[in-house]
Amino acid sequence: MNFTDIHTLMPEIVMAVLALAVLLSELVIRRKETVGLLAIVSVAVTAYFIPTSFGTVFNGMFISDGYSVFFKFIFFTCLILTVLISSRYLEIERSSHGEYYALLMFATLGMMLMASAGDLIVLYLGLELMALSLYVLTGFIRHEYRSNEASLKYFLLGAFSSAILLYGIMMIYAQTGTTDINTISSVLTEKKATVSLLLSVIFLLVAFSFKIALAPFHMWTPDVYEGAPTSITAFMSVGPKAAGFAVLGRVFLVGLYPLQINWIPLLIGLSILTMAVGNILAIQQRSVKRMLAYSSIAHAGYAVIGIIAGGNEGVSAMMNYLLIYMFMNIGAFSILILMRSEDFLGESLDDFKGLAKTHPLTAGLMLLFMFSLTGIPPTAGFIGKFYLFKAAVGAGYTWLAIVTVIFSAISAYFYLRVVIYMYMHEPEGEAVSLSGSPSLGLALLISALLVLFIGIYPSPFISFARIVTG
Amino acid sequence: MIPLHWYLWLGSIVFCIGIFGFLAKRNIIIMFLSIELMLNGVNISLVALSHYMQDLRGEILVFFIIAVAAAEAAIGLAIVVSLFRNRTSPHVDEIRELKG
Amino acid sequence: MPGRYLPTEYLPVAIFIAISIAFGLGALIMGSMVRLRRPYREKLMPYESGIDPVGEPRVRFSIRFYIIAMLFVVFDVEAIFMYPWAIVFDKIGLFALIEMIIFIVILLVGYVYALKKEAFRWE
Repeated sequence: MNFTDIHTLMPEIVMAVLALAVLLSELVIRRKETVGLLAIVSVAVTAYFIPTSFGTVFNGMFISDGYSVFFKFIFFTCLILTVLISSRYLEIERSSHGEYYALLMFATLGMMLMASAGDLIVLYLGLELMALSLYVLTGFIRHEYRSNEASLKYFLLGAFSSAILLYGIMMIYAQTGTTDINTISSVLTEKKATVSLLLSVIFLLVAFSFKIALAPFHMWTPDVYEGAPTSITAFMSVGPKAAGFAVLGRVFLVGLYPLQINWIPLLIGLSILTMAVGNILAIQQRSVKRMLAYSSIAHAGYAVIGIIAGGNEGVSAMMNYLLIYMFMNIGAFSILILMRSEDFLGESLDDFKGLAKTHPLTAGLMLLFMFSLTGIPPTAGFIGKFYLFKAAVGAGYTWLAIVTVIFSAISAYFYLRVVIYMYMHEPEGEAVSLSGSPSLGLALLISALLVLFIGIYPSPFISFARIVTG
Repeated sequence: MIPLHWYLWLGSIVFCIGIFGFLAKRNIIIMFLSIELMLNGVNISLVALSHYMQDLRGEILVFFIIAVAAAEAAIGLAIVVSLFRNRTSPHVDEIRELKG
Repeated sequence: MPGRYLPTEYLPVAIFIAISIAFGLGALIMGSMVRLRRPYREKLMPYESGIDPVGEPRVRFSIRFYIIAMLFVVFDVEAIFMYPWAIVFDKIGLFALIEMIIFIVILLVGYVYALKKEAFRWE
């Protein structure tokens, strides 16, 4: 290694240094919103180093290319939106601590490493950095039992899946003699698919399925998403999921590409099962937060189609879908945070009764996000699904696209039920008092505008994703 | 020298004991120990492979796994402690505020 | 010669393990064959004569112990990175020194944080 390589790593180095600085600043700064502001500034500084970071260093261990930069863009936006929606919420939960922001930054750093990993060792380290920060963030409301419990469940299953991932890495290493993703690919093209090779593929697939919550490895998701602080649920359902997709794409579409014939049926099965489980179980939920957790499972099932389709078309459709999903999902969770006040949980479906009468603007925004999650034009959700279907049909999986449309139609039932509760029911009891704040308003504004903007004029984002994968 | 596949068998047996312990036991601490056992099964295999292939990557990965496992242990204990402040039982079956 | 190898130097260990297992099992089996079995209520109590135990057998001790243990585990294990570093230090030289200083500074940040949060205070 020489010092000229350092510019490729600069975003990660800057992020690490600033995250440590934010951690220390927490010790001296009393007002915790200031720490949040510092976190946003740090992201801006880190993003400044991104354009000059392209390259492959450390013998291919670390890759900064269009693919990873697109994902880093998602992570940064996700971090900024999460910080914006957090500060008021943490005060309501009486858990306003500066470590929160430092941990978010460490998680983002881990995700950046995952997106850039060219070697399974780096991938593992990025994954653990992300996961360890998230375990703590999930249990961040220390005095609340729900949060503790969610954290424990997440921790146990997360550590279990990491161990399975490591076993898969070990088996790949045993058979190819390397952990470098590009070298694995070239070694595997000359090998026949043996049972032990397929077993290692299965191990890796199971571990990644745990991380991005594909059924039947989704069991932890509803509990963890419900128990975690709402702002962290918003973060977890977007950033780490996108990071999981980034490594899934890199490992399966580059490293294990020679075995594509063998893993595509597995992935198709997982995808259909995930859509079925997510959409059907979401129907029964009375809690909107839990409903959104199941919906996030279902959306992972949609996004996997991009990887099944493969190629530029499929990967760029998957990346776009994750970007769009970020805005609509964080938007929906922001509404939940808006509903939460000191003595009111605001998570149940009944709390949304007659919201259109008492708070028309909030109801209107929720309507927009629900439409987008369903995939109704002219919202961004429609564009995301449209390009996924297009990629699937282009790769010859028309039947899979049809199955997805059917499940999307089912999902309309539970998304639009929230809308019906808001617009067609009379308000019950006292009117819900909203706990807004300027930063939360800003986050809502950004998400709503982008959901509409991408829905009406998607070409800049579509071509951005095409260019970086091409 | 002991042949490589002996080590790999040992590693996989330790790993499987870990999986069994994780799935069969309902005490958080035992489950936690089982995960450590799984990691050590991987470590044994990696060190053996690394030695036989005369390649350092496996050993490097083992170093990182050990360090990460320590951090994981600390965080796991912290979560258990904060949970115990609100409840007292170490059994998973009694932890069921959240259900689906 | 993979596959046909017999680790003769481990033979004593194997014999030792076999003997110890046989001894343990043998003692238990012998005992169960020889001893009388005549259970009655007093005999089955934890103390045949004396007071029945009351309350939890486990003693609850301060949460401080756990916190110190956690901090110890983390900082202790990080030291493993210094061993390989020390072995190759004379080959890599200055660059390795700088890297290790960076590593230790990161640990130091963690230490300062723990210190300021009074994690080491025994009160």
